Amino acid sequence: MRQFEALTRKKDNQPVRYLIVDDSVFARKSLAKMVEAFGGTVAGEAGDGLTAITEYSRTNPDIVLMDITMPQMEGIEAVERIVREHPDARIVMVSSVGYQDNILAALQRGARHFVQKPVKPEVLYEVIKYVMRDDATVAKSAGAGV
Amino acid sequence: MRMDLIQPFINSTDAVLAQALESSISIENLTMEADAYQRKGIAAEVCMTGEIEGRIIFDLDLRAALQLASRLASVEVSETDEELVREAVCELANQIIGNAVTTLNDQGFHFHVRPPKLHTSDHGSKSSEDTEALVMCFNTSSGNVFMNVALRYLRQQAAEPAAVAG
Repeated sequence: MRQFEALTRKKDNQPVRYLIVDDSVFARKSLAKMVEAFGGTVAGEAGDGLTAITEYSRTNPDIVLMDITMPQMEGIEAVERIVREHPDARIVMVSSVGYQDNILAALQRGARHFVQKPVKPEVLYEVIKYVMRDDATVAKSAGAGV
Repeated sequence: MRMDLIQPFINSTDAVLAQALESSISIENLTMEADAYQRKGIAAEVCMTGEIEGRIIFDLDLRAALQLASRLASVEVSETDEELVREAVCELANQIIGNAVTTLNDQGFHFHVRPPKLHTSDHGSKSSEDTEALVMCFNTSSGNVFMNVALRYLRQQAAEPAAVAG
């Protein structure tokens, strides 16, 4: 994987903190490697929507990467419940199922963006930069490549 | 079997395999099978209900499955890591199906997909007359990936796609 310029939080220059939500261990591992390559840290992981809600409150991440199809509670419902409690939550949907109805439903419930699997690191990086906007800065030193 | 239903799965398999295995892909041995399915390696099955009904099985020979798991996990995975290898095959099936479903849904086909599950028995059920299976072999530099598709479009219960496409 290519190296990326590290994204840090503007307010304290600390790494961007991520909550990764996916029922696939492989998907979580893969996303964790990507966010580390972006200079970020994994604040928490969850394998379903219900756990994601509690993990969000516990970790208060800067970004959530949220799968859609999961057991217990699907990603779109989890988005709705997290945003209801935390209106400023930045949630990016990451799913292999990317048809228009699904994307629209997620955006209407408060998701900020959508990335289709298999995830291309350069696409996710640009989406995170876009979603963080003025709350993140790009450091001159590169993040750890994986 | 309608090829316009099958084509998105072929395109998606080609694209996802090429990215996951970083390999060029060629398609070989396209056959129609009415006999019971015979598992070849590590296999995952995805079932669909709704306007499109049936199942798709992705069956990877051991070398391809190990290579896939190693790439997804970014560590060398061996035959003894059975659980990791099986989960890798299910994740591959999930990504392929998800991309194909996206295309079909945007074309106006509406159906429900169940999460992938491991296909552990050596033999599957025999295809019925109207769900004869299409079997394709995707040849990669890491080994062979077989896709076994048995789908039917339920005309009686569904509007024509053009009528429901938004």
